[in-house]
Amino acid sequence: MAKSSDLDVAYVAKLARLNLTEEETRLFQKQLDDVLKYAAKLGEVDVSAVEAAAHAVPIFNVFREDEPRDWFTAEEALSNAPQQANQLFIVTKVVE
Amino acid sequence: MSFADLTALTIADLQTMLRGREISPREVLEALRARIEEVDPKIGAYLSIDFDAATKEAEQADVDLPLGGVPIAIKDIINVKGQPCTCGSKILATYRSPYDATVIRKLRAAGAIPFGKTNMDEFAMGSSTENSSAKPARNPWDLSRVPGGSSGGSAAAVAADAAFGALGTDTGGSIRQPAALCGLVGVKPTYGRVSRFGLVAFASSLDQVGPLTKTARDAALVMNAIAGHDACDTTCLNEPVPDYAAALGHDLRGLRLGLPKEYMIEGIDRQVKVAIDAAIKQLQSLGAEIVDVSLPHTDYGIAVYYFLATAEASANLARFDGVRYGHRAEKPRDLLDHYGRTREEGFGQEVKRRIILGTYVLSSGYYDAYYLRAQKVRELIRHDFAKAFEKVDAIVSPTSPVPAFKLGERTADPLQMYLADIFTNTGNLAGICGISLPCGFAKIDNVQLPIGLQLLGKALDEARLFQIAHAYEQSTDWHKTRSPIAANPKSEIRDPK
Repeated sequence: MAKSSDLDVAYVAKLARLNLTEEETRLFQKQLDDVLKYAAKLGEVDVSAVEAAAHAVPIFNVFREDEPRDWFTAEEALSNAPQQANQLFIVTKVVE
Repeated sequence: MSFADLTALTIADLQTMLRGREISPREVLEALRARIEEVDPKIGAYLSIDFDAATKEAEQADVDLPLGGVPIAIKDIINVKGQPCTCGSKILATYRSPYDATVIRKLRAAGAIPFGKTNMDEFAMGSSTENSSAKPARNPWDLSRVPGGSSGGSAAAVAADAAFGALGTDTGGSIRQPAALCGLVGVKPTYGRVSRFGLVAFASSLDQVGPLTKTARDAALVMNAIAGHDACDTTCLNEPVPDYAAALGHDLRGLRLGLPKEYMIEGIDRQVKVAIDAAIKQLQSLGAEIVDVSLPHTDYGIAVYYFLATAEASANLARFDGVRYGHRAEKPRDLLDHYGRTREEGFGQEVKRRIILGTYVLSSGYYDAYYLRAQKVRELIRHDFAKAFEKVDAIVSPTSPVPAFKLGERTADPLQMYLADIFTNTGNLAGICGISLPCGFAKIDNVQLPIGLQLLGKALDEARLFQIAHAYEQSTDWHKTRSPIAANPKSEIRDPK
């Protein structure tokens, strides 16, 4: 089990594409260190014989016929767009 | 019958009046509107209401349908076509749903009227509704206290007679805990019993939609309408739905109820313990046999839950990137600035905190130690329940270790807030079903605060929970006591110094 002090909130915030103020960074560092300290008890559990459970009720191979059906019109799909033009989402420039 | 009395009705009694043509759906809606306008400024239960659309639906309602003409309040994380769906977040402040969630489609097909959206902790992250970006909701039993959360608006609305019933969502206790704190019945269905199509995802392996109501019968009626398979949600179980109302009225003789010794923890409020002990005796007197069971991994529930729920949330909330909907930061320098500021401006503190924790436990080098280990302990928790259910038909516990706490009392310490879910979140981890029902009152500062009894059942055994809950309810009067705000909307609850 990793030590709680391994968490670097400022670095993880970059991974999460989430800007934090310095005050938030300090506050979360302290609070999440406490949470991780509390959760360290998971390290006590012997899990050597256990398969990980992704879902509580396993279902496998959920298929359906690949048939067309009515869905959003372009107008409906764009109805909440922060910026749009010509039936397209306007996005921030991605390439130079 | 006066308007004020009308809103106090259960869904079942309201339907009797509607079907007897003693009152019209439109009159019901008007009575409800008057009540909401009176009490909602005090309790902050609603984020938006569309009475015009609801009135049109009421005029066309077929009262002979299963929920014909019954207005139902909807947690603001479930899409209702044409209505806002803010999830209690600034990032979705201007969002309007372009479609109906499957549960809404099913409610409409049953004749119900989804008329308004209820307050909640932002993206369902919280246990007090204090994390709502709009306003905190308040407990109709004591306005200085929280209604619980995250479905706190749904609970406050029903407890103040400002809704006949409501939908909430439960990821770690978010239906059952507010139901307990507000003196209501709340159901967390089996994982996969109810479709999540159109529900904004928080933690996809845990989230379920369910009802908050005044009685077990009402909850069964709403479950009848919303349960069942949906091809739009691949996690939704393709299993027949029994008539849950038909389960009511059977006695408890021959039933075995498990009492987990691990639930008698330190930190459980003395008055809660007294009420639970009395409820267990009552269940015994109704014919149930009480059996000791062991759920040895209970103590790890909160830790497992917070690793898995935050990991899933960090992935689910990546979609809030300011591209297709929701808030977008102005004049971004580049794409990273666009993402970073959009999310900084749009999310509240608890959401940010959980995104950080979730991203961390999934990050390279920590995935095995945190996320994968938590998944494995989850499997052990699931196994604990499976073993217990070999011996018993249902498991009994408190819903919440404490009655409603004061606004602001737990906000400074996230871990304290997380511990509010200690009895409920293992039910989500195991994917089983659970119900909370009123089982007494604590008296604090001369104010009566409701206490909730939790029953946990095996997967897809909701009918059993309704049977037990109804039998208990019929033998007690707890559910008949109305909150001070419901009994007298004009009452200013004294703030005890």
